[in-house]
Amino acid sequence: MTGYIRVENLKKFFPTKRGLLHAVDDVSFAVQKGETLGLVGESGCGKSTLGRCLIRLLDATSGNVILHDEETGEDIDITKASKSVIKHLRKKVQIVFQDPYSCLNPRLSVWELIAEPLIVNGVFPDKNAMKRRVRELMNTVGLAERLENSYPHELDGGRRQRIGIARSLALNPEFIVLDEPVSALDVCIQAQILNLLNDLQREFHYTYVFISHNLSVVRHVSDRIAVMYLGKIVELSDYKDLFVKPSHPYTQALLSAIPTAKLDVKKERVILEGDVPSPIDPPSGCRFMGRCRHRAEICGKETPELREVSPGHFVSCHLSSP
Amino acid sequence: MDAPVLKSNKKRGALMEVLFRLKKSPLAMFGFFFIIFLAFTAIFADVLAPHPYQRQNLSHAFETPSKQFLLGTDEFGRDILSRLIYGARVSLQVGFIAVGIALFAGGMLGAAAGYYGGWADNAIMRVMDVMLSIPQTLLAIAIAAALGPGLFNLMIAVGISAVPNYARIVRGSVLSLREMEFIEAARAVGSSDLRIITKHIIPNSMAPIIVQSTLGVASAILNAAGLSFIGLGIQPPYPEWGAMLSGGRQYIRDYPHLTLYPGLAIMLTILALNFLGDGLRDALDPKLKR
Amino acid sequence: MNDLLEIKDLTIHYVTDGGTVRAVENLNLRLGHGETLGFVGETGAGKTTTALGIMRLIPSPPGVVKSGRIIFDGEDLLTKSEAEMRAIRGGKIAMIFQDPMTSLNPVMTVDKQIAEMIRLHRDVDKAESLKLAGDMLELVGIKRERMHDYPHQFSGGMKQRVVIAIALACDPGLLIADEPTTALDVTIQAQVLELMKKLKQQFGASMILITHDLGIVADICDKVAIMYAGRVVEYADKRALYANPTHPYTIGLFNSVPDLDEDRESLNVIPGLMPDPMDLPAGCAFHPRCAYATSVCSESKPEMMEAAPGHFVACPIRGRERK
Repeated sequence: MTGYIRVENLKKFFPTKRGLLHAVDDVSFAVQKGETLGLVGESGCGKSTLGRCLIRLLDATSGNVILHDEETGEDIDITKASKSVIKHLRKKVQIVFQDPYSCLNPRLSVWELIAEPLIVNGVFPDKNAMKRRVRELMNTVGLAERLENSYPHELDGGRRQRIGIARSLALNPEFIVLDEPVSALDVCIQAQILNLLNDLQREFHYTYVFISHNLSVVRHVSDRIAVMYLGKIVELSDYKDLFVKPSHPYTQALLSAIPTAKLDVKKERVILEGDVPSPIDPPSGCRFMGRCRHRAEICGKETPELREVSPGHFVSCHLSSP
Repeated sequence: MDAPVLKSNKKRGALMEVLFRLKKSPLAMFGFFFIIFLAFTAIFADVLAPHPYQRQNLSHAFETPSKQFLLGTDEFGRDILSRLIYGARVSLQVGFIAVGIALFAGGMLGAAAGYYGGWADNAIMRVMDVMLSIPQTLLAIAIAAALGPGLFNLMIAVGISAVPNYARIVRGSVLSLREMEFIEAARAVGSSDLRIITKHIIPNSMAPIIVQSTLGVASAILNAAGLSFIGLGIQPPYPEWGAMLSGGRQYIRDYPHLTLYPGLAIMLTILALNFLGDGLRDALDPKLKR
Repeated sequence: MNDLLEIKDLTIHYVTDGGTVRAVENLNLRLGHGETLGFVGETGAGKTTTALGIMRLIPSPPGVVKSGRIIFDGEDLLTKSEAEMRAIRGGKIAMIFQDPMTSLNPVMTVDKQIAEMIRLHRDVDKAESLKLAGDMLELVGIKRERMHDYPHQFSGGMKQRVVIAIALACDPGLLIADEPTTALDVTIQAQVLELMKKLKQQFGASMILITHDLGIVADICDKVAIMYAGRVVEYADKRALYANPTHPYTIGLFNSVPDLDEDRESLNVIPGLMPDPMDLPAGCAFHPRCAYATSVCSESKPEMMEAAPGHFVACPIRGRERK
C-alpha cells in the first residue's frame, strides 16, 4: 500500500459501562496526495472518530496512520508521534468541523478566531504581517473584511463555516479532514461551500478526507469513496464505480434509500429492516448480517475481509463475486 | 428549527450590551443603582455621616427620628443614621471580600476538579459534599467561633462556608465547556492547555459565575449579619447592621426604630442584590438575545 | 370543489426589540382532501411559522398574526376560541415535529402517551384507549409487547414511529409533518417515509410535509409550494413543478443539489444569502440574488400569476416567458 496517508489496521475502542464500544474496528486504506477520499456512513458508524484519529485529535487504540512527508522523504506515524512532532503536524494536518454553531468560541471575534492558529503556533512575530495574513485568509474563503470585528452569533451558518475553513487553512496545511462540513447548512449555502472547497483544492492542491452521511454530496466532491458500517469499511472504490456497481448489500440499500429530486426515476427500493445494531462488543462475523437480504451461513462465522473485486474496487462481503 | 434568523445590527461592546439588556428590567436597574448608591455611601461615610458613629450621648438615648437625628438614636444616644452609613462599609466589605475568597478558592478547586476529572475530581468534590451537608450558617458559626470575633475572621468564616457553592458551579461549567466542539477546534490548531483554559474556558464560564457571585454577596451579607447578631462577628462599638439589630432587640417593644432601620437596610440590600443577580442572569444569557 | 384547507393572505410577524421579523407575508395556499402538499424552503423561509400558525401555536409574544384567514373544513381557525382550538389540535389537525427525541415525554410509557391523546379527543375508557394504543403501535410497525416501554428504550426511527402513531391516533383530517425525517439516517428515513406513504393512503388524511429536501417531495407529495422569505413563490402540481421549475429561486434550488448521476465540476449556486427577515428588500425579496431581475422587480411585489393551468408563480418575468 502506498500513498500520502496510509492507514493500517486502525482501531479505536471506547470503554463504556456496558462493554467496549468498537467505534473504528480494523480499518486500512490509503489516501493519495491531492485526492479527495469520501467517507460515508450513517450516524454511529465511526466515521467521525476515524477522522479524528487521522489527525490525532483522538488517540487510536492500535494501528498506524502514516503520513509521508514529501519535503524530507520521511514517514511519520501520527498515532505514535511525540508532542513536539504533533505540534509540527498541526501545521500539516487540519480539520473542519461539522457544526459551525458550536465549533467557534462565541466570545472571540472573527479576527481573533482566524488569527488563533497563527498566534498559538507563533507563525507571525510581526503583528502587521499577521493582520495581512488574516485578511488574505478572509479573502480566500470569501468573507468580507468588514466582518473582522463581528462575533459568530451575528453571522449565518455559511459564514461561520467559512471562518472554520479559514482557521484550518491558516497554517498552510497539506491534508484536511472535513467532518460533515455542510451538513448543518441549507442547500443553497451548502452548494456555495462545496464550490469553495473545490476551488481551494484546485488552487492549493489540498488532500481531503470528506466525511458525510449525504451520498450525493460525497459523490460530488470525491475521487474515491469508502462506505463505513459499524466501524468497518464495507466498500471502497472509485466514486463512479460505487454508484454504477455497488457491490456490498449495505451500499446498495444506502444508495436506493436516497431520495432523488427527480420524477420517474424508477429504481429498486431496498428498504432495510431494523436498526443499526449496537457497536458495543459486536459479535464476530459480518456486522451487517442481521439486516442483509442475502445472508448465508458463512456470514455469521467469519468476518469478511476487504477484497479487491475489480481493479480499485474493494468490498468486504463473503458473497460478492470477484 | 425554522426560526427566523435574528441578527443584531448595532455594534456594542460586551459590557454595554449587558447594560443595555439590563436596562430592560426595572427591578434589575433598581438593584444596580441601589448597590452603586450603597457603595458610594460606604466610601464617603466620613463625609456623609452627620455624627461620629461611636459618639454616645445618654441624654439623647432612645430618641425617635427628629431633625437632629434623622433616624433617631439608640440606647446609648448614638445616631442610627450615621451608624447605618458606617455599617454599609462593613456589610459591603464583608459581602464582596467573603465572596472574593469563596470565588477564588472555589473557582480553583472547581476548575481543577472539572478539567482534570477522575481522581482529583472525586477527592475535591467529596470534600465539598461534606461541607455542603452542614448548613452554611452553622458552618460559618463554627469557623467564626474557632477563629474568634473580628472583621477579618468574619470574612474568612463567611467566605469558607460558601466555597462549595462556587466549586460546584465552576466545575459544572468547566465540565460542559470541555465537551464543546470549539475546545476541540482549539486543540486542533495546536493550542496549549493553558491557552484553552484562559482563552476559551474561563471567558465562557463567567456568566453563571457573575450571577452566582451577585447572589452570593447577598447571602454573605446576611450570614455576616447573622454572625454579628449572635456576637461572633463585628465587635461593638463598630456598627454592623446585624449587630445593631441584635443590640436593639431587647427594646423592640418600646423603641422599634432601633431594629426597624437596620432591618430595612439589610432587607433592601439583599433584595437589590437579588434583583441585580436575576437581571444579570437574563442579560448574560446569549440565548435570550432578542 | 371545497378544499380542506384554504389559507388567505396570512401574515405573521415577530415583533422584537430589534425590529419586526416578517416571517410570513400574504401567504395563500389551498389543500384538497387527501392531498399531500410539500412545503419547501430554506431555514427562515417561514415554513414552520406557517405550520404553527395553522395550529394556532405561534408563541406570543413575540409572534403576532397580523391578518389573514385560515379556513379549515369551512371554518376560520383564527376566530376560534382557545378551548375550541384544543379540541382541533390533535383531533382534527395533528402535527409531527422534527425531533422525535424531544417530542415524547421521557417519563411516560409510549402506550400511555398514545392513550392519553385518544382519551383527550374520543369518548373511550382507559382500558379501551390502551388497547387502541397497542393497535396504533402495531400499525406503525412496533410490536405490541413493546408498548409498555419508555421512549429512551427506542431508537430514533422507532421514536418517530411512535410520534406518528400519536399523531394518527385520532384519525385527523390534516397531518402537518415538520421535517419528520431530518434527524434520521437515510436508511431509517426511507423506512419512515415508506410508512407515512402507506398510512396516508390508509387513513385518507391530507398532509402538509415541511422539508428542505426536494428528493423527499418527489417521493411522497402531490403538490409543492416553494417558500422564500415568508412568501410562496411557486405553487404547482409536483409533476408540473419538477418538469418546469419556473421561479428563478426554484431553479436555483434545483441546481444547488448535487446530482447522483451526473458529474458537475461546480454547482450553479444562487449568489448571496437569504435576506435579513427584519429588513427585506423592496419589491420581490429575491431580486438582489436573481439573474432575471429587471427594474420592475425592485419596485413592486410580484403577484401570483398562473403561468400554466394550475402552475402559479410569483415572478412576472419568468411567468410571462412561460406563457
